[in-house]
Amino acid sequence: MTEAAATPTQSKDQPIKASELDPKFKYELVKMHGSEKILKCFQCGTCTSDCPVARYSDTYRPRTLIHMAQLGLKDRVLNSDTLWLCAACFTCTDRCPQDVEVASVIRVFRNLAAEKGCFPQVFKDQAASLLESGYAYKIPELRIKKRESQGLPPLPKGNPENVRKTLKGVKFIEKIQKPAGEQQSGQ
Amino acid sequence: MGNKYLIFLGCAIPYRVSSFEISSRKVLAKLGVELVEMPEFNCCGLPLDPVSHETMLILAAKNLALAEQQGLNILTLCPGCAGTLKKVNKILKQDKALKEQINSHLKEAGLEFKGTIETKHLLQLLKEDVGLEKIKASVIKPLTDLKVAEHNGCHILRPKEIIGFDDPEDPQTLKALIEATGATCLDYIDETECCGAPSVGVSDKVALALARDKLNHVKQVDAQALITICPFCHIMYDTNELRIEKMFNETYGIPILHYPQLLGLAMGLTPEELAFNELRVNASKILKQLTQGANKQ
Ligand code: SF4
Ligand code: SF4
Repeated sequence: MTEAAATPTQSKDQPIKASELDPKFKYELVKMHGSEKILKCFQCGTCTSDCPVARYSDTYRPRTLIHMAQLGLKDRVLNSDTLWLCAACFTCTDRCPQDVEVASVIRVFRNLAAEKGCFPQVFKDQAASLLESGYAYKIPELRIKKRESQGLPPLPKGNPENVRKTLKGVKFIEKIQKPAGEQQSGQ
Repeated sequence: MGNKYLIFLGCAIPYRVSSFEISSRKVLAKLGVELVEMPEFNCCGLPLDPVSHETMLILAAKNLALAEQQGLNILTLCPGCAGTLKKVNKILKQDKALKEQINSHLKEAGLEFKGTIETKHLLQLLKEDVGLEKIKASVIKPLTDLKVAEHNGCHILRPKEIIGFDDPEDPQTLKALIEATGATCLDYIDETECCGAPSVGVSDKVALALARDKLNHVKQVDAQALITICPFCHIMYDTNELRIEKMFNETYGIPILHYPQLLGLAMGLTPEELAFNELRVNASKILKQLTQGANKQ
């Protein structure tokens, strides 16, 4: 997905250099909405063992991501492709004995990665559709017209102008609205 | 506010799953639930949460503010929308500073979130507002002899702290609603497992492995259909069942029905009225069995 993620230095099996560590990362996270409780994680592994994605992925491990963040491996966490595999099923959130709200912590990691421009294309498409139509998916004209013959009421307005107005000043939205050349994304 | 709800469709249903909307509207009309159309709505915000939590909060609050103007509670068919609107309603009511921050965005469109309404998903409405007894009383063609399995999906159950109307480890609501139609609801392994839909596009391998496992477990108990209540779970199984059969050399032949389609049949509505023709996995085998059963009675 991102160039950074493809370089071998980002792999979790690579030796850790002291210069890579950001000792303040975990304190930043504690202040963010969703990852307030990251320091309470005692690495029991419940999240990983109960995660449906971890069962089928060789690389996605929520416990490891949280551990890496606690250690200060900020860049490795945020550049990690596996971050985007989480299905947001909330099983980990419901079962974590320390009430870490694991799925929200993963979401915070993703938000931070997105701010750096590292995120899968599908989100760019959905955001574009949102700004254009008010809906996350471009609903084909044909579908909208077909509603009448299906006995369904007309689809309510998406009011995209108002969507754009309310999203003014949101960092992520401003970022994707910039022309491609100005983005630092490594898509 | 009685049995009158603002219906919030979300994006996925009008985009690809109109059979869910058609069958839900038919069934709710029979049960005397009045639906009012929202004059305007936008994406609930959930799809953008992974990349921007703030965007999600603003979009959800905007929808809630629009609904507040109508003075009615929201009914959603999509558990993702329900969970998002419930969650944002709750956190903004608790966190005054965040509420002010989000309201400063809504003000740009002349809106304000106040926190005066609630959101329910179809399943919760059927359980709490309509009630099992009334649903049972609406059944005129009991689906006796039909054996099905349920798939709740994640967002109708978790996180428990937000959703809370059923036990995420051993959910009972959908089962009870299925049995109210006269059909048998079979138990199987890992019933509450994720369908995999959110991983589509990021890793199809993981997504399809999850869906395949589920279909295998459902097949093991000889379920004749899998009953869903989420547009994404439905797309995941209905669209991919044939693909998984080909990829892994399996045969399932398990139709994926929206719960209101099942209930609708038991209420005497026809498969055409319930948009069975929109299903990719053919359901004619069970429909035939049901007609033959009815003729015998
Ligand atoms: S379940 Fe909770 S405490 Fe255990 S490893 Fe995961 S986040 Fe840490
Ligand atoms: S929310 Fe994500 S990390 Fe947690 S169990 Fe589900 S897929 Fe795994």
